[in-house]
Amino acid sequence: MGKMFNTISGKQIDSQGKKIGMWFFLYTEILFFGGMFLLYSVFRSKYPMDFHFAATEESIVLGSINTAILLTSSFFIALSISAIKRGEKRLSSCLQLATMVLGFAFLVIKYFEWNAKIMKGIYPDSAVLLQKSKGTILFFGLYYVMTGIHGLHVLIGIIVISFMLYWTVKEKVTRANYARLENTGLYWHFVDIVWIYLFPLFYLIT
Amino acid sequence: MNENLPSEPSFYEEKGRYRGILSWLMSTDHKRIGIMYLAALLIFFAVGVTLGLLIRLSLLSPGLILSAQRYDEAFTVHGIIQIFLFIIPGLPVAFGNFFLPILIGARDVAFPKINRLSWWLYLTGAFIVILSLAIKGHPPDTGWTFYAPYSVKSQANISLAVFGVFVLGFSSILTGINFVTTIHRLRAPGMTWFRMPLFVWTLYATGWVQMLATPVLAITLVFIILGRFFGVGFFDASKGGDPILYEHLFWIYSHPAVYIMVLPAMGVISEIMPVFSRRSIFGYHAMAFSALGIASVGYLVWGHHMFTSGMSDTARIIFSFITFLVAVPSGIKVFNWIATLYKGSIEVDSPLLFALSFIFLFSVGGLSGLIIGALATNLHLHGTYFIVGHFHYVVFGGAGFSMLAALHYWFPKMFGKMYREKPAKLGWLILFIGFNVTYFSMFVLGFQGMPRRYFDYPPQYFTGHLISTIGSWFLAAGLIIIFANLIKSLFTGAKAPDNPWGGQTLEWQIPSPPPTENFREIPVITERPYRFGRK
Amino acid sequence: MNKDYPSDHIVSFKTNTFVWLALLLLLGITISVSKMRLLGEYSVLAALLIASAKTALVLAFFMHLKYEGRFLKRLIFLAIAALTMIIALTFADVWYR
Repeated sequence: MGKMFNTISGKQIDSQGKKIGMWFFLYTEILFFGGMFLLYSVFRSKYPMDFHFAATEESIVLGSINTAILLTSSFFIALSISAIKRGEKRLSSCLQLATMVLGFAFLVIKYFEWNAKIMKGIYPDSAVLLQKSKGTILFFGLYYVMTGIHGLHVLIGIIVISFMLYWTVKEKVTRANYARLENTGLYWHFVDIVWIYLFPLFYLIT
Repeated sequence: MNENLPSEPSFYEEKGRYRGILSWLMSTDHKRIGIMYLAALLIFFAVGVTLGLLIRLSLLSPGLILSAQRYDEAFTVHGIIQIFLFIIPGLPVAFGNFFLPILIGARDVAFPKINRLSWWLYLTGAFIVILSLAIKGHPPDTGWTFYAPYSVKSQANISLAVFGVFVLGFSSILTGINFVTTIHRLRAPGMTWFRMPLFVWTLYATGWVQMLATPVLAITLVFIILGRFFGVGFFDASKGGDPILYEHLFWIYSHPAVYIMVLPAMGVISEIMPVFSRRSIFGYHAMAFSALGIASVGYLVWGHHMFTSGMSDTARIIFSFITFLVAVPSGIKVFNWIATLYKGSIEVDSPLLFALSFIFLFSVGGLSGLIIGALATNLHLHGTYFIVGHFHYVVFGGAGFSMLAALHYWFPKMFGKMYREKPAKLGWLILFIGFNVTYFSMFVLGFQGMPRRYFDYPPQYFTGHLISTIGSWFLAAGLIIIFANLIKSLFTGAKAPDNPWGGQTLEWQIPSPPPTENFREIPVITERPYRFGRK
Repeated sequence: MNKDYPSDHIVSFKTNTFVWLALLLLLGITISVSKMRLLGEYSVLAALLIASAKTALVLAFFMHLKYEGRFLKRLIFLAIAALTMIIALTFADVWYR
């Protein structure tokens, strides 16, 4: 119920409200990625064998490492929030930095995965790809679009965490005022969850 | 509850960090943002109407003023402007922004800076869309629906236009998040859910639709751009794709979008009917729940835009059935508004005229929707002028007239001036007549088989087109009288009292125009709204 | 715990670590199951179920949903339901053509 703004100029911060707003934003992201998952499920149901064989192109090793990286990065950012709630500024900052590093590592591995395929001539609209069966063309189209948009979200997350890190160091994010770090964590966990689904759908369906 | 204290400066006079235009553009005050949105919306509406008049004129003598290519561009841009720049942002951004915090007894929305971001994104998106019309190459010519494969192949400035719509969508999403959070968190003490004004209920339902539907449009537009730039062929059969999937993804948003247009419009009518019949709204709870019902059921009917596309029979039957279901909550609202009038003490002022004509025009549009919601008749009417008539009745006759109703109802509060009643009524009459002539003839044309989006046609349709075009001139005349009256009244209108209509919701308890902080003290709510005369 | 501000509750280092280990374990399981090709057609379903288990852990603990109020706990299902419905209705078309 309304509890803020109850004096002419006094502004109370509604941290719970900010958190709710962030959850609402995540619901919109569920639908945004959802459109892509919709296409994936329709095309997969149409070309199951093509998808099955195309997925052998993916490196389960790299995919698994990337999954472990993101799961651990989620772990770290969750810890960093617990830390700041206990007033442990330095620990929280280190954990945020570690999250960023892991996120960056994820993107580096992604770069190598993409590069390997592009070197083989497998990318949207390439002559090599267009020779292949329809399901294969769709599989790789979905692969690039979904991991690409996901990767963009990872990149944005790293940038936002860098702001949080800066503010933690400058003590604008503190034990009394950590809503934005918490919300950043929510965003980061969401990005992790999207990958939790992308991994089996592109790497493990062989 | 008017306090007899020295009056505070209104929000227009507020002195902030910035001066002049910047004090408006940088403002996070929901009232300033609402006014700026209103001005932008009405400018775009005027451009859209002009394009509409041009289209109707061209149809009198195809090829004389517009080539076939230009005709395609004209109806595309008309649709993009009226839909994405005017009626979807529409009532929420103008009147939702201005009145939502006041109606719930708050000082501003939950996230004022995000609100300002929404406004800036709106301007940016609009600018990008306009850019697509102005720069080298063709304005978009695919229809506002951007169907693949043509949208992927067209030589027009599609990517730019589509990107502009993407940005506008993001603005809409942020507004939805803001309003829903505001309603959850910032209601005044004592304002339980069932003491909220009905306009607030509709903004709530709309906010959910904005959050859960718009992102699907966003990703679909991304797919168009990826198709154009990188050859990603999700909708290209030669690459294994399916153009019907484009239609699914597009309409998964664009059907709920019409509820973004119409739900707040219905909320406005629910505000006006009690005041001008001096009766409490009939069936408050039903009105609140039907808003939620329209939003939820409306999320599941999109396939009725695709009955002739090649969808499976199973899907067509399911979508047609759910489409009939969604008429039920809408019908409940119509019955309840009319029941509100019963035994009322009716003041036929212009806000009520617009509200009553909303009920009539929306009902005509809604009933025509049942005809095209049925599978057998849809086969005959899809892609004809019947559809064009249908959606203009519900969107223009419905949401559009509701905007005019809101504009007149809340004009004194927003601007501190009264408009002149006689020109308002005259403008309404001419608009109402012109509207029906213009669009009813389209039902006939469509039934006779005249396709939509066609630049030319066989001679047997000429009479219908002639009547419709003449109607459009009356329609335009009516609009001109209405807006000339309002604009003039901004400058020379009589000073408005705090409560010219005798309303009982919170906006009428504060000065006209309101001070920046809305309330001297946050009110404590002890009763339900609309306490006029019914238990 | 402050009922109005559930965030004030701090998830312990121990809990977070157990969740992380459980997630890695589930990762291991999902990879092994897929490699063993035990389940044939159902391997995708199994992979998605395991993914959902991981998601539930992330939502409940890392994202703090277990400790939030009823409203926030239930609302996530609205978004999931919306997505499920649009995929389901699309399949009503695609499967029955």
